[in-house]
Amino acid sequence: MNVLERVGERTSAFFEYAGGLTDLTASSLSFLLRARIRFGETVAQAYLLGYQSLAIVLLTSLFTGMVISLESAVQAVQYGFGNIVGTAVAYASARELGPMLTGIVVAGRAGSAIAAEIGSMVVTEQIEALRSMGIEPARYLVVPRLLALIVMLPLLTIFADVISILGGAWVAKTYAHIAYADFMQSARTGISMMDLDKGLVKTLVFAAIIALVGSFQGLRTRGGAAGVGKSTTGAVVISMILIFIANFALSLIFYGASA
Amino acid sequence: MPERVIARLEDVSLAFGERVVLKNCSLDIVEGAITCIVGLSGAGKSTILRLIDGLIKPSTGHVYVRDQDVCHTSERELNKIRRSISLSFQFAALLDSLTLGQNVSLPLVENTRMAGAAIAKVVDKALDAVGLQYAYDNLPAELSGGMLKRAGFARAIVTDPELILYDEPTTGLDPISVHMITKTIMRLRERSSGTAVVTSHDLPSIYMMADYMAMLFEGAIIAYGPCDDVRKSQNPIVQQFLAGEEAGPIPI
Ligand SMILES: Nc1ncnc2c1ncn2[C@@H]1O[C@H](COP(=O)(O)OP(=O)(O)OP(=O)(O)O)[C@@H](O)[C@H]1O
Ligand SMILES: [Mg+2]
Repeated sequence: MNVLERVGERTSAFFEYAGGLTDLTASSLSFLLRARIRFGETVAQAYLLGYQSLAIVLLTSLFTGMVISLESAVQAVQYGFGNIVGTAVAYASARELGPMLTGIVVAGRAGSAIAAEIGSMVVTEQIEALRSMGIEPARYLVVPRLLALIVMLPLLTIFADVISILGGAWVAKTYAHIAYADFMQSARTGISMMDLDKGLVKTLVFAAIIALVGSFQGLRTRGGAAGVGKSTTGAVVISMILIFIANFALSLIFYGASA
Repeated sequence: MPERVIARLEDVSLAFGERVVLKNCSLDIVEGAITCIVGLSGAGKSTILRLIDGLIKPSTGHVYVRDQDVCHTSERELNKIRRSISLSFQFAALLDSLTLGQNVSLPLVENTRMAGAAIAKVVDKALDAVGLQYAYDNLPAELSGGMLKRAGFARAIVTDPELILYDEPTTGLDPISVHMITKTIMRLRERSSGTAVVTSHDLPSIYMMADYMAMLFEGAIIAYGPCDDVRKSQNPIVQQFLAGEEAGPIPI
C-alpha cells in the first residue's frame, strides 16, 4: 500500500470516528433535553463513577497542592514574598489544576469503566438485545452515565480545589512557617482574582468528553475480550487528548481576549 | 384463505468483508404460521433473523416487515417496528446487571405504560411457561446455560408480539424443557396473529410444529415450502441433511 492510500485511509477513519461520536452526542443530548432519563440508573452511576472516584481525586489534588506550595513557599519566604503563597496555590488549583487533574483522573477511572462495561455488553450481544427490543442504547446506557458525570465532575473538582489548598496550607505552615490564617487570607485573594465558574464550566465539558468517548468506544467494540481491552485503552487515551485540547480551547475563549 | 406475508426477504445478499454469507436469498414469512429455517452450522440462519429485525443491513436486496423496508428506515422508525417483533437470541443475551425477573420485565417496563402489578403478572406467566419462576431474583451469572436460554425465550414472548424470531430455542436444553418450549411456540401460534420464525437443528421439534420449512445451503435457500413437501423433497442435499447422513453431496 502506498503512502497516499494510507493517508487516505487514516483520514477517512478519522472522519468516520468523529462522525460516529457526533451522532452519539447528538442523540444523547436529544434524549437528555427531552428528559428521557432513567433516574435510578443515573443515581447509581453517579455513585459508581463519581463518588467512587472521590478518594483518588482527593489524593492526587492533595499532593499537587502540597507540591505547588512546597516549591513556592520556601523561596517566597526567603525573598520576603510569603504573603503570595496562598494566592499561588489557590490560583493554580482552582483555575487550572483542579479541573484538569480531576478530569484526567476521572477519565482514567470512569472512562475506562464505561468503555469496558459497554464493550463487554457488545461482545455478549446485550447491546444487540437492547436494540432488538426497540430500546436505544444511547438513552438506556449513555444518558445516565453522561448526566451522572456532568453532575459529579464539578462537585469532585470543588473537593479537589479545597483539598489542594488545605494541603498547600499545611506544607506552607510546616516548611515555611506561614500561619494558616495568613495563608488562607492570601488564598482568598487568589480565588477572588479568578473565576471559579470558568473552571467549573470546563469540568462540564470534560464530563461530557469522558462519558461520550467512553460510551462510544464501548459501543464500537468488536471481537471478544481483546476488543474490550482495546476499546478501554482507546477510551482513556482519546478522552485525555480531547480533555487537553478542550482545556486549551476553553482557556482561549475565557481568558484569551483579556491576555 | 389467501396467505398474508408478514415479513419478506427479497433478493438479499450479504457479505461480511470477503466472506459471502447470503447470495440472492428470497423468503416469505407467512402470517400466523411457524416457519422453520434449517441449515448447517454457519449457514446464516441467525443472520436471517437479524436481517428481519433490522439489526444488520443486507449488502444488496430488501427486507420488508409488513410493508416497510427495514433497510431504508430510520433507527427511530425501526425501533417502533422492533417493538412488535421479538428476537429470542441463540445465546440468550440477557443483561447481566439485571436479575432474571428484571430482564424478562425489561421490554414491558421500557416500552409500555403498564403498571408494575400488571407487568409482574405477565412476567410470572412467561416464566411459568419455561419453568423458571423460582429463579426470579437470580442474576444471569448465577444461572446455567439452559436456564439463561429459557429466560431469553421468556423475555421474547412476554410482550406478546405479532412476530417472534426464535434462534435455536431448544438447542442445549433437557428433553422436558424442549417439550415445554415447543408447546409454547405452538400455543402462541393459535393467537390471532402469532407468527414465528424458528431456526433449529432439532428435527423432531421442527416436524412437530413447523407449517413451513426453509433450508439454507451455501448462502441460498435451496428448499422452501410446507413442511411435509420439504421433507419429501427430491433434492439430494435436503435428503442428506434431513437424514443426517455423511455420504452425499454436502461437503463435510
Ligand atoms: N459480525 C460478523 N462478522 C463476520 N462474520 C460474521 C458475523 N456474523 C456472522 N458471520 C459469519 O456469517 C456466517 C453465518 O453466521 P450465522 O451466525 O448466521 O450462522 P448460523 O446458521 O446461525 O449457525 P449456527 O447454526 O451455528 O448458529 C458464519 O460463517 C459467520 O462466520
Ligand atoms: Mg445461529
